[in-house]
Amino acid sequence: MALRPVLQALPAGSCSLLHTSVKGPCPSPPPRAASEAAPARVTARLGMAALTWMALCLAATFAVDRSNFKTCEQSSFCKRQRSVTPGSSPYRALLESLQLSQDSMKLQLVNEVNKVPLLLELYGLQGNMTRIKINELSPLRPRYEVPDVLVRDPPTTWLAVTGRDENSVELSLGDSGHKLILTGKPFRMDLLQGRELVLSVNPRGLLHFEHLRHRKDSFSDKVSSSVGSLWDKIKSLFYREEPKESAPEGGAAGEETEPAVPGEQESSEKSTKSEEVSDGPDRAEEELGSWEETFKTHTDSKPNGPTSVGLDFSLPGFEHVYGIPEHADNLRLRTTEGGDPYRLYNLDVFQYELYNPMALYGSVPLLLAHNTQRTLGIFWLNAAETWVDISSNTAGKTLFGKMLDYMQGGGETPQTDVRWMSESGIIDVFLLLGPAPTDVFRQYTALTGTQALPPLFAMAYHQSRWNYNDEEDVAAVDDGFDTHDIPCDVIWLDIEHTDGKRYFTWDPSKFPQPRNMLGRLAAKSRKMVSIVDPHIKVDSGYRVHNEIRSRGFYVKTKDGSDYEGWCWPGSSGYPDFTNPEMRAWWASMFSYDQYEGSMENLYIWNDMNEPSVFNGPEVTMYKDALHQGGWEHRDLHNLYGFYVQMATAQGLEQRSGGLERPFVLSRAFFAGSQRYGAVWTGDNAAEWDHMKISIPMCLSLALTGISFCGADVGGFFKSPDAELLVRWYQVGAYQPFYRAHAHLDTVRREPWLFGEENKALIRAAIRQRYALLPYWYTTFYHSYRSGQPVMRPLWVEYPDDITTFSIDDQFLIGNALLVHPVTEQGAQGVQVYLPGKGQVWYDVHSHQKHHAPQTLYVPVILSSIPVYQRGGSIVPRKERVRRSSDCMYRDPYTLYVALSPQGTAEGDLFIDDGHTYNFESKAQYLHRHFSFASNTLTARSSDSKGIFESPAWIERVVILGAGKPAAVFLRQPGMAETRLDFHHEPETSVLTLRKPGVNIGADWSISLR
Amino acid sequence: MLLPLLLPALSALASAVEVKRPRGVSLTNHHFYEESKPFTCLDGSSTIAFEWVNDDYCDCQDGSDEPGTSACPNGRFHCTNAGYRPQYIPSSRVNDGVCDCCDATDEYNSGFVCENTCKEMGRKEREALAQMAEVAREGFQLKQVLIEEASKGREDKQRTLAELQEGRKSLEEQVETLRSVKEAAEKPEKEAKEIHQKKWEEQKAAEKAAQEQARASDAFQELDDDGDGLVSVAELQTHVELDVDGDGTLSETEAQTLLGNALQADASSFRDTVWAAIKENYKPEGLPDAAPLPEAPEPQPDLPLEQPAPEDDYDEEEEEEGDDDESNEEEPKVPPLKQPADKTAEQDEAEKMPPYDEATQALIDAAQKAREQFEEAEKSLKEMEDSIQSLEKEISFDFGPQGEFAYLYSQCYELSTTEYVYRLCPFNRVSQKPKNGGAETNLGTWGSWAGPDENKFSVMKYEHGTGCWQGPNRSTTVKLTCGKETVVTSTTEPSRCEYLMELVTPSACQEPRDPGAADHDEL
Repeated sequence: MALRPVLQALPAGSCSLLHTSVKGPCPSPPPRAASEAAPARVTARLGMAALTWMALCLAATFAVDRSNFKTCEQSSFCKRQRSVTPGSSPYRALLESLQLSQDSMKLQLVNEVNKVPLLLELYGLQGNMTRIKINELSPLRPRYEVPDVLVRDPPTTWLAVTGRDENSVELSLGDSGHKLILTGKPFRMDLLQGRELVLSVNPRGLLHFEHLRHRKDSFSDKVSSSVGSLWDKIKSLFYREEPKESAPEGGAAGEETEPAVPGEQESSEKSTKSEEVSDGPDRAEEELGSWEETFKTHTDSKPNGPTSVGLDFSLPGFEHVYGIPEHADNLRLRTTEGGDPYRLYNLDVFQYELYNPMALYGSVPLLLAHNTQRTLGIFWLNAAETWVDISSNTAGKTLFGKMLDYMQGGGETPQTDVRWMSESGIIDVFLLLGPAPTDVFRQYTALTGTQALPPLFAMAYHQSRWNYNDEEDVAAVDDGFDTHDIPCDVIWLDIEHTDGKRYFTWDPSKFPQPRNMLGRLAAKSRKMVSIVDPHIKVDSGYRVHNEIRSRGFYVKTKDGSDYEGWCWPGSSGYPDFTNPEMRAWWASMFSYDQYEGSMENLYIWNDMNEPSVFNGPEVTMYKDALHQGGWEHRDLHNLYGFYVQMATAQGLEQRSGGLERPFVLSRAFFAGSQRYGAVWTGDNAAEWDHMKISIPMCLSLALTGISFCGADVGGFFKSPDAELLVRWYQVGAYQPFYRAHAHLDTVRREPWLFGEENKALIRAAIRQRYALLPYWYTTFYHSYRSGQPVMRPLWVEYPDDITTFSIDDQFLIGNALLVHPVTEQGAQGVQVYLPGKGQVWYDVHSHQKHHAPQTLYVPVILSSIPVYQRGGSIVPRKERVRRSSDCMYRDPYTLYVALSPQGTAEGDLFIDDGHTYNFESKAQYLHRHFSFASNTLTARSSDSKGIFESPAWIERVVILGAGKPAAVFLRQPGMAETRLDFHHEPETSVLTLRKPGVNIGADWSISLR
Repeated sequence: MLLPLLLPALSALASAVEVKRPRGVSLTNHHFYEESKPFTCLDGSSTIAFEWVNDDYCDCQDGSDEPGTSACPNGRFHCTNAGYRPQYIPSSRVNDGVCDCCDATDEYNSGFVCENTCKEMGRKEREALAQMAEVAREGFQLKQVLIEEASKGREDKQRTLAELQEGRKSLEEQVETLRSVKEAAEKPEKEAKEIHQKKWEEQKAAEKAAQEQARASDAFQELDDDGDGLVSVAELQTHVELDVDGDGTLSETEAQTLLGNALQADASSFRDTVWAAIKENYKPEGLPDAAPLPEAPEPQPDLPLEQPAPEDDYDEEEEEEGDDDESNEEEPKVPPLKQPADKTAEQDEAEKMPPYDEATQALIDAAQKAREQFEEAEKSLKEMEDSIQSLEKEISFDFGPQGEFAYLYSQCYELSTTEYVYRLCPFNRVSQKPKNGGAETNLGTWGSWAGPDENKFSVMKYEHGTGCWQGPNRSTTVKLTCGKETVVTSTTEPSRCEYLMELVTPSACQEPRDPGAADHDEL
């Protein structure tokens, strides 16, 4: 495993900065008049609700309607936060209030303008992490702290005060060698390792904590609430034009004019003053959106007033930052100056646009920073709407400018500044101090959990479509895969399979015999996935609805009635998945007697769980809707989908008595979602750019813990031509979640519908996937055990090679395979960068050897999928491709031993039954280790705790980069040496050893002589 | 093929046979696998020791060394399937835990136990085949009848067509004859009418002149206040309405001008010159403010013609928007207001024209008769041409090699599903109508036969149906299968706006093979 190599001087590879390119802003979509043009004349079998909605949306040109979604300017808290200017922080740390316990430090902060005291808590965490919490010292009512995301209370380590003066305190953070210098006024914290500044907190003084307050009796209060929004509009009309002049000077915008906090007796004067000011534009500006906010036709009542929190961080020496998915953007994050910040707010964005920071279906508030010396993470644990601003002192500088700076020895250190802004909750931030990429992954997954080990079939090929029409259609598709000899593990059913979009039911005329259908699939070792969305049809004849309603499990409106929104079934209720009782009930719905027609080989897909509400603000739920415990939806919006998937996965687990591993696909996600299943990149389109963006989108998710990621192969909207479809099958074959899916309105596109030639190409791509399943499974196991991503950006394995830092058109699977899929239409060739000084890579198809580092021009034809195996690695494959992964269970392995220039190689293989928790609960698994050195290939156990009997054996060993031996001998403990037949290809230096025949669980060695 | 004949005998000795040929090898191929000799791959690419045949390791590029295992990606496994049909399956299905061969021979080492279902399958297949054969036999008989009928029908139609075409000629001649008769009759009619008209107009003009004279005399009497037989300037000035420059008074100069630059006018000069200058404005004294002559009524003769027009628009709108309510409301609004006015206008005019004299009327009647006869003949010709056209069209359709599909022409077949009624009118169109009301959707009009080359008449294609919103035009593929009755058995929409229909018809039945020979080799 390539841990961090020796640190190198930063400029060593600065030439490769050529690779950093920043895309210009996307052209704004053409305006549309969808709301006027509603061609409701569609004869479809959808409910009218869906139809109307679809009509509204589809009438537009193919692009997102940006006006449906807020900009920072339109999100009042973001606007307020962003108007806080650097260098004028009103916060002071009261050093005299410092309390140190064994593992934490507590200290008060005070806003010197409004005197509101805050409590700062600092924890040193085991594994080189630091946690900073900032909350009000005594809030009017509790503020939301995100539950259930952390897998446990993170174990702490010791803290000690190691220095002190009148305006600062120095703390030592555990054994990691990190120190923290806390400055009193203006409040900031600087984290050092030795004498090196690693990271600063609040260096620009952008900490802005809107404390809870009672609403002032102002003019707008007297206006009845029904006309409140009107009043807002009037105000905005009046004051929109002159926001700048109203910004207070030398103070945090807004705070100065904030009404006094109740109970603050001493500030009556000030209070009066602000009362006066409040009649001017300042007051209106401050108030605007603080107690009520209107977007389009939706008004958000804000009974708690302004509650947002914001904080900034500096990362000296870092120019490359990653993470904070989900955005349809490059892997490397861009600076957001002059545009909108990256937004994290789970939204069902219809026909999303590429290369911009708009919010999408899921959120993981983890940002990674990387340079040749160090990798860091900032995990901002907040589930409310969040915006992230990124700026850099080198952004905009030309390469020449940077080089000039370097050569003249001058210039500032490159630095990236990050600013987080969330609408409510508290500041709860984890600094993951690395220093290596693997360390950051370990640190983050220690907090939020690692990728669940999916059942093996889930890594195989999935065939989906909205919709397979009926049982006959399913049977025909199932048979099609056999007829055309294409492997397939799973057939999916979208919403049309239900009885009127009532989840947990089946359309009685189209799917009258679901168990027969499932049984038929099971007989071929295939599975099925059905969709279960979280919106529940409001229908007194629907048992699920009645139970949820009678148990009071629906999300409530601010007035306490059941919240109803519009979704596929029409009027729908939204179960409160934040309620553990609700989740337990939901989980029970998946038992075989509750979900009628379900069987062991039926798994679940949770769509629309942002949640999507067709008629809600930004196509989601009102922020003032209420959840269990009285929390506003605002506080926990980004967690909703996480909980839906959690409850569903628990249901699948429970139906088997806790034995079987679940498989649940979710569209929405949050930090920690990796524990519950897979995610996909939502409703993409059959366009080359959409295929291409799937790589950085899944890489960003992988960096933030969610490895089981894929994109709809073929594209959801629109119909791909044969070339795009073939290429997409090739791209998908090398991404973790491999599912073809299509919109209802597209023409059929099962792999055999594009002619013999294309069918053969698609079959070849899918077969490559199946042959590599043992490697995928093993790599997932590593991810499960140690938190390392399955699909990796190159820089993760080559952290000191700057060339790799911006690469997102190629990637690694594990550490042995490098993939550069063809993503350009009509491509004649691709430029593949092979990293690793002094290393070699082997083309997995031709077995040709290439030296690294180099950028290799590879000519391609339609069948080409450029994939390389790293010299020094051993990759297990199963080359007997069957109709499904289950059918390969007993099949023998072929080991591909790719020799390093030193003539060595290493690899491993994880095997269990492929679907139960027995590997965990009963240690029923095999973890084999293979190594090649001194002309001897040795197999031994990598983990003696695991015991498992597999019928599989080794049929072949292929050694890449080998000379021709005189003889080859197999040795097993306690047995006589036997000679193996072999075949050597001199042109490619490929040595194939015939049929060692040893069981995969056995220890053995093979020597070349 | 020898195989069918040999198999029944061999199946009793199955175990003995297994020894002779390696697993997964068909009898046809077994001579390639001789235990005593090295094995040469069937593609000749290499030769291996016989122990390497079926040793679960792939040595031949063509997969021929592993006929009985899953080792080769491109191999194939032969199952004898005694009692059913022998079969090759891909090697990847050997020992994969799924029963593929009905004789269970493909799962010999997967730990998965398959039952031998060949006998059962054979029986079922035979039954099904027998049933199908029965259906095919009956269907085929029906088809013969249909062919007979079609052939007869075609002959009839062709005969009718020939007759019609013949008839058309004479009818055309007749039309021409009647046309000249008509034209001959219309000429004197026209002349007589014109004379009549002219006469009437002259009479009208004379009457009008006399009226004018009378009015002038009356006016003169009125104006000549002093009864001196002359109208003086002063007398004329009493009639201010004759003011010329619009200043409200009739000045002396003005009056003089009106009197023809004279101070007075006598009766005859008044009648001949002055009256013409003042008659427009002159108001008789008896009725001071009465309207002048009844104002020429704004003629509304166009109205009856115009009236249908809005209705037409209406229909179009209705089709487009399906908005019935409004149309019902508006219809009565227009006519009542205007009809009475029309009537009087018409009556006025009718009353004025005196009836034609007898001679003229006779000419008119004669011409009218000629016209009617001509029109009737022309109409018959048109009808005949339509019949010819539709016959020609029908005859031009490809109703199959023997015309067996002709009987479907101008028929329609319906299939009711839970939501829709589907309607197939062969060689015409396919449509879909929602059961709960609503407009019919065209799923395609007749395009062509679209079966594969060897069986072109097994598939019909209907195209260019109603456009799908944001999608292609709807189209329907109709698959024809053999049956005793003609019935639509299923309709599906496998892909958006692409429908698939199954039509059972005797015309799709093929001549049954000799039943004995057909089933024999399956055993």
